[in-house]
Amino acid sequence: MTTMPMTEQVITIAMCTLGTMATRFLPFLIFRSDKPTPKYVQYLGKMLPGAIFAMLVVYCLRKVDVTSFSWGLPELIAGGVTVGLHLWKRKMLLSIAAGTVVYMLLVQLVFV
Amino acid sequence: MVWRSFRAAFPQTIPILAGFLFLGMAYGIYMNIQGFSFVYPMIMALVIFGGSLEFLAVEMLLSPFAPVQVLLVSLMIQARHLFYGISMLDKFKGMGWKKFYLIYGMCDETFSVNYTAKIPEDCDRGWFYFFVTALNQIYWVGGATLGGLLGNLIHFNTDGLDFVMTAMFIVIFLEQWLKEKHHYSAWAGMLSSVACLLIFGADNFLIPTMICILVLLTAFRKPIERREEKT
Repeated sequence: MTTMPMTEQVITIAMCTLGTMATRFLPFLIFRSDKPTPKYVQYLGKMLPGAIFAMLVVYCLRKVDVTSFSWGLPELIAGGVTVGLHLWKRKMLLSIAAGTVVYMLLVQLVFV
Repeated sequence: MVWRSFRAAFPQTIPILAGFLFLGMAYGIYMNIQGFSFVYPMIMALVIFGGSLEFLAVEMLLSPFAPVQVLLVSLMIQARHLFYGISMLDKFKGMGWKKFYLIYGMCDETFSVNYTAKIPEDCDRGWFYFFVTALNQIYWVGGATLGGLLGNLIHFNTDGLDFVMTAMFIVIFLEQWLKEKHHYSAWAGMLSSVACLLIFGADNFLIPTMICILVLLTAFRKPIERREEKT
């Protein structure tokens, strides 16, 4: 359970909502007329997602310690299963479910 | 007309029904395991309504209070919505009161369906968009709430279930990787985040990473755009 006071929780959730809604509403607020979108903004919009998804994967794995038990092996194996299965079947839900189950088995039965 | 629009919209959302119930439930269970009541996933699914960010929001609630960082992370993660909006500028014209909700509820999946759907002649476009958006949100909120409730009843060992989030981002990253013509951006993201993680540590590396990504993408704009044009 979080130790954060309720006001701070509400603010945190409100900030997530504000951030999300700003990105959804902004284009409709800025580009009311038929002005063309600035080239630089178009470029960033096209390029940012690839970098952000990479950052998110690293973010999820940021607490993995490769220098002590279990040396990041469960993450490596389960991540490998997720990638392999996805390249093979290209079924998003299957890849996510299988990777998660493999990881759960590894941390519960193998690397204990 | 309204009913016909509903009947045209519903089949388009069935794949999302499966996906959102699974991921939504995983999200609800995940929050439950972290010690949150089902009210949290329910409300967060309803108001934030952006899958990946909601998972991260759990982490943010468990970390020290940092509202500015939370806002910046939200803006960065959700930045892609800016371009969904730009693509829908014309399609959402003249939608009246529905327009606000259509923009509010425009997650990746809803955008994809609404943007690509071939809407039958005898349907009202506004209602079609509206039902796709609303159904998807109902699936997501329903899944998250169920997960939050059922998390209590789960008796098997759920250690490691949080990997569902990692697996989801791996798959999203992979999809993006397979789709793009070159990988400058993905490499910029990987190098920046790994370097900043090593330098700044696990708790403080996100904002430096974001700055690095922006600097790299801006500095290499010319060669990247040249590459874009070639392919």
